[in-house]
Amino acid sequence: MAQVEFWQGNKALAMGAVAAGCRFFGGYPITPSTEIMETMAEELPRLGGKFVQMEDEIGGIAAAIGASIAGLKSMTGSSGPGISLKQELLGYAYIAEIPLVVANVMRGGPSTGLPTKVSQADVMQAKWGTHGDHATIAYAPSSIQECYEITVRAFNMAERFRQPVLVLSDEIIGHMREKIVIPEPGTFEVINRKKPTVCPDDFVPYKADDDDVPPMAAFGDGYRWHVTGLTSNDFGFPTNEANEIDKKATRIIRKVERFREEIVEFKEESMEDAEIVIVSYGSVSRSSLRAIRELRKQNVKVGHFRPISLWPFPEKQIAEISKRVKHIIVPELNAGQMVNEVERAVAGRCEVHRKNLLNGELYKPDEIMAFIKEVA
Amino acid sequence: MPREDVKKLLRTKFMPHIWCPGCGHGIIMHAILRAIADLKIPKEQVCISSGIGCSSRMPGYIDACTLHTAHGRSLAFATGVRLANPDLTIVNVMGDGDGTAIGGNHFIHACRRNIGITAVVMNNNIYGMTGGQASPTTPEGAFASTAPYGAIDPTFDICKLAEGAGATFVARATVAQPVMCEQILKKAILHQKKGFAVVELVSYCHTQFGRKNKRSRPMDNFNYLKDNSVMKAKADTMTAEELKGKIVIGEFVNIEDAREYTKRYDEVIARAQKA
Repeated sequence: MAQVEFWQGNKALAMGAVAAGCRFFGGYPITPSTEIMETMAEELPRLGGKFVQMEDEIGGIAAAIGASIAGLKSMTGSSGPGISLKQELLGYAYIAEIPLVVANVMRGGPSTGLPTKVSQADVMQAKWGTHGDHATIAYAPSSIQECYEITVRAFNMAERFRQPVLVLSDEIIGHMREKIVIPEPGTFEVINRKKPTVCPDDFVPYKADDDDVPPMAAFGDGYRWHVTGLTSNDFGFPTNEANEIDKKATRIIRKVERFREEIVEFKEESMEDAEIVIVSYGSVSRSSLRAIRELRKQNVKVGHFRPISLWPFPEKQIAEISKRVKHIIVPELNAGQMVNEVERAVAGRCEVHRKNLLNGELYKPDEIMAFIKEVA
Repeated sequence: MPREDVKKLLRTKFMPHIWCPGCGHGIIMHAILRAIADLKIPKEQVCISSGIGCSSRMPGYIDACTLHTAHGRSLAFATGVRLANPDLTIVNVMGDGDGTAIGGNHFIHACRRNIGITAVVMNNNIYGMTGGQASPTTPEGAFASTAPYGAIDPTFDICKLAEGAGATFVARATVAQPVMCEQILKKAILHQKKGFAVVELVSYCHTQFGRKNKRSRPMDNFNYLKDNSVMKAKADTMTAEELKGKIVIGEFVNIEDAREYTKRYDEVIARAQKA
């Protein structure tokens, strides 16, 4: 018998992390993501893992990076201003190539903003929040089931590509409760980071394999190596040589970009004959689907495209859709962020309608139905 | 010349190092390496972590598991390393600005947690790498590029700060006492089994601090430290007036029966697994 639970999104996200093999969490309390760390505080010691409540948000991500370097699958999580603080060391994990999962349960901003209310205003921050160029992987769940499953996926991508992966949840998804069927262990893929196979004296810590990802040793398992946030050469040592700088800077982007289609995830509904398409993600996609199902009963040819990976953005798929539909409507709980990516992919081939809500509420199905009727 | 067993702890291929000729930091690095060599800790079980600044470039030159983190954050990184692998020996080096200004919060909480890390604060009273700005330990009245008319900020006493925050081993020496540095470091490294050890090693920066404060040659600084160091036992007999401008050296805290954080976390695991 499959285990069926009635869980909150934040709990499902944390339990998904545990199922993926996460054994370390460093965090700091903040609404609306605190339940993730509370769940971790309860679950990790049972499995011999470690949870630490740090003195601040930066400490939380620092400890998680440290634990990952020492060999544990690690995670931190936060919201709003806490995510702003974590940007500093997200950059560290990108350049030092440390696997890490960071959950962001989005709330309204800027600054303290709306601690208890929903928002989707961190989409661009997820991509560009920390300084410097890097490749971003970010997944947005829209159900409790998906909170669990996409967090497993996030860990798999973090371990495979040796970099941070973001789970962009939101206040509604994080605090909503609904049914979840817990996948049996062994029925889903779990990826672990590549370990070096050479002897310690021959180990060149940032020498990449053919897939552009270097194998990673853990501190304490016999290899001696240097980790730094400075731009470094294959030996992990700081460099000012233009060719070495270029090699590192381009590889950490290329290692993700070349596998883009394996990272991208999306879901379509009623798209076969659609003339109007709603593109939405996270909590908004739930209102959108309700609206689409109602209007389908009235024979309106409307479909739904839901990016699950916001980064990399499914631009190829959106470009294809734009060739066969008349209108794309993009409702978001922000001033217009993902819509820019949609417009870029559409490149003028159909009309793109921006719909933006900034009042801390979720779009209601009626409101989305009205958007569709405007163009139908 | 370093001893053979000390030389084996060096990554000579990453040299020359970035420190100015005559810098006090080399004395500290040498003392750390002698302590590790004497304690016969296998180098693959040693983690040297650091923040950002001149002091924090040290890990790169040591052939161990070395972690050059972000400015001020080294103790928070090291906390994660320690929790993930309690068997490692962790020596965390940082500067005065790195450790007590931007990293001040991580510093006091690592003390409070009593986590098994040896924290070495290499105090040269200045931000050297960025060109000589005032730090939390720049003496009142001293000149710095950001205190061109003399510093007015009162200074931190790093040892008192550590003691007040709960560190279970606290000691100070200056680079003018290299043997004492080594002896304190050995005790502080062994103390990791019992908890958090803070070692303030007073160094100097003749390039950035000395040049603005009439101590521009390395030996001016070395002699200054030698002449103004006072052993704790003697300092205990001196008045506050007599101690003005003096550097009190010695061991201030050594709690033998302290309970280290990861050992306490093992108790959490036992309780969770029983529940």
